[in-house]
Amino acid sequence: MAKSGTKFQSNSKIINWIEYRLPIFSFLHNSLGAGYATPKNLNYWWNFGSLAGLALIIMVVTGIVLAMNYTPHVDHAFNSVERIMRDVNFGWLLRYIHMNGGSLFFIVVYIHIFRGLYFGSYKNPRELLWIIGILILLAMMATAFIGYVLPWGQMSYWGATVITSLFSAIPVIGDDIVTLLWGGFTVDNPTLNRFFSLHYLLPFVIIGLVFMHVWALHIHGSNNPTGVEVKSPKEESIPFHPYYTVKDFFGVGVTLVIFSVFVFFAPNYFGEADNYIMADPLATPAHIVPEWYFLPFYAILRAFTVDFIGIPAKLLGVAAMFGSILILALLPWLDRSKVRSAKYRPIYKQFYWIFVFDCLLLGYVGGHPPEGLLVTMGQIGTAYYFIHILVLVPLIGIFETPEPLPDSIAVKAGDKPSTAEQ
Amino acid sequence: MNTAKKSFLLRAALAILMSCYVFFVVPSEGQAAKSVTLPKREWSFSGLFGTFDRASAQRGFQVYREICAGCHSLDLIAFRNLSGLGYTEGQIKEFAAEYEIEDGPNEEGEFFTRPGRPADYFPSPYSNKKAAAAANNGKAPPDLSLITKARAGGGDSSIRYSLKNPGGYALGADYLFALLMGYEEPPEDFEGDNYNRYFPGGSIAMAQPIEDESVEYSDGTEASLQQIALDVTTFLAWAAEPELEARKRLGIKVILFLAFLTALLYVLKRKIWSDIH
Repeated sequence: MAKSGTKFQSNSKIINWIEYRLPIFSFLHNSLGAGYATPKNLNYWWNFGSLAGLALIIMVVTGIVLAMNYTPHVDHAFNSVERIMRDVNFGWLLRYIHMNGGSLFFIVVYIHIFRGLYFGSYKNPRELLWIIGILILLAMMATAFIGYVLPWGQMSYWGATVITSLFSAIPVIGDDIVTLLWGGFTVDNPTLNRFFSLHYLLPFVIIGLVFMHVWALHIHGSNNPTGVEVKSPKEESIPFHPYYTVKDFFGVGVTLVIFSVFVFFAPNYFGEADNYIMADPLATPAHIVPEWYFLPFYAILRAFTVDFIGIPAKLLGVAAMFGSILILALLPWLDRSKVRSAKYRPIYKQFYWIFVFDCLLLGYVGGHPPEGLLVTMGQIGTAYYFIHILVLVPLIGIFETPEPLPDSIAVKAGDKPSTAEQ
Repeated sequence: MNTAKKSFLLRAALAILMSCYVFFVVPSEGQAAKSVTLPKREWSFSGLFGTFDRASAQRGFQVYREICAGCHSLDLIAFRNLSGLGYTEGQIKEFAAEYEIEDGPNEEGEFFTRPGRPADYFPSPYSNKKAAAAANNGKAPPDLSLITKARAGGGDSSIRYSLKNPGGYALGADYLFALLMGYEEPPEDFEGDNYNRYFPGGSIAMAQPIEDESVEYSDGTEASLQQIALDVTTFLAWAAEPELEARKRLGIKVILFLAFLTALLYVLKRKIWSDIH
């Protein structure tokens, strides 16, 4: 078998009949089958793309069944979720899978993103692939936030109140946007109804974006740990199937084992106890905290404590929070280095890990009440986040001397150093 | 080879660091304010193979009916659910029939009361939330259906705890048990309703609900304060998570199956990849 991709062929008359009219078999063959040539040196960090796809499928399937048993009404939502937990056959399983599936989705997507940052997967010619990925992240965040409101517990209600109120910081039209989001003048039944509708819609928007993400991926193929393009497909690529299908399935197995530990033995680990109390507009919980995957952004939001040149602190916080995600879309142009992989970028590599630490620090700060030293830590962490992306990444790209790249991905790093390519 | 090994170690260390972060740092949100540490105990229902101690839960049910039900509703539990505690159909019919349930309208359009049936839910001690609040100094006593899940880190959930304390992870139950046992002489500067060292802020509206001999157990067990607190906590932990036993049983099977499947996939992966590298 040729080690690169093979052409689609079939002996079946039926398959060929269909293929002649609708080339769906060759489409699958060329996108997930033996026809898709893939670099042979991908490591296990490259599993997280398919794992994100798995998480999306899990969420959509369980979500559709849950929606059959859920009632989007302020008087019934909380109890309808409990009815799912108690009276629907395996309802507790569906609900716990969906609840923890959100965390699974964000964990694998965050690892997927940090893999891209380390190995320079966002660089030419994969800029659009990266930007579509950012859009997927934004759509995921909207979906997750809205979905957390649906069980109508205390944290659902108060989280919704705090986060939707942020939009009022937008000058001129802010208050109108908030009224539109709420469908009234407070978080109430119309809010829950429109959130339910949007929570059903957005996953299909994500599926559409994922389709474009994967399409863009297939134009130039996967990046790889060396960051060097495939030069001789025969030598350096292998067909996606069976090599990466089996590797991805192994990754799926490992992931599902870990996921099952949480679903079956610690289903509320990522949750908040307060959300098992029905929403009560008259009783505010002691600490309103978002789900863990929003904590770094929550820290950025709260880092702005004073008005600055006439701009209210709240607006600055909101702008910084959304900006922290949006500026990631500029990375392909902010990073001036032609070398993709951090393996060959000694300076960038160090700052990459500082950046990872900074994001974790922001997550820690976001999960705690803003008191004392934590406020300062949040502010330093936020400042560093933006300095890393807007200042350090461009400067390092200009001034760093990368280590010599291998001639090809087939050559192991260090075996035959080459100075030919930069 | 050496560098490959080094980078593998680096990655492994990183992976461990990341998971430590998720396990230990992230869920501590909101718990910062709780400075009192809960005395932990090993519950019959904690651990991988935990099941509810039926006798204890049945005694707890008696405590709920005779004491808690005076003020606290149990909205999410129907009489039929009691089969989960090992009661027979006949016993459940008897329990249900002890209650008068409001029903209607009938064919004449009238509301009426009738003896309870297994399909009915536990009636609330108050006709509505406002009546409950009015009878209790302005604040309605919380419904107890989910109480162990709705307090102190949630229900059967904390792996972080189980790492320190293998076999037991039931923070919500620990909290409830401690609270019931936590009524003490207040400190001198105390101002408030009733002093309880485990209640956030120390001042709880509920007067001490149980003490030694508060109930007379039908099975003859000695009704010490600790025994009563333990039994009613077990009952309410069941009420909050009636699926717990089925969940853990299925979980063991699912994880064993997936682990075996994953091992096979790994072998298959090694075999398919043997001609690369």
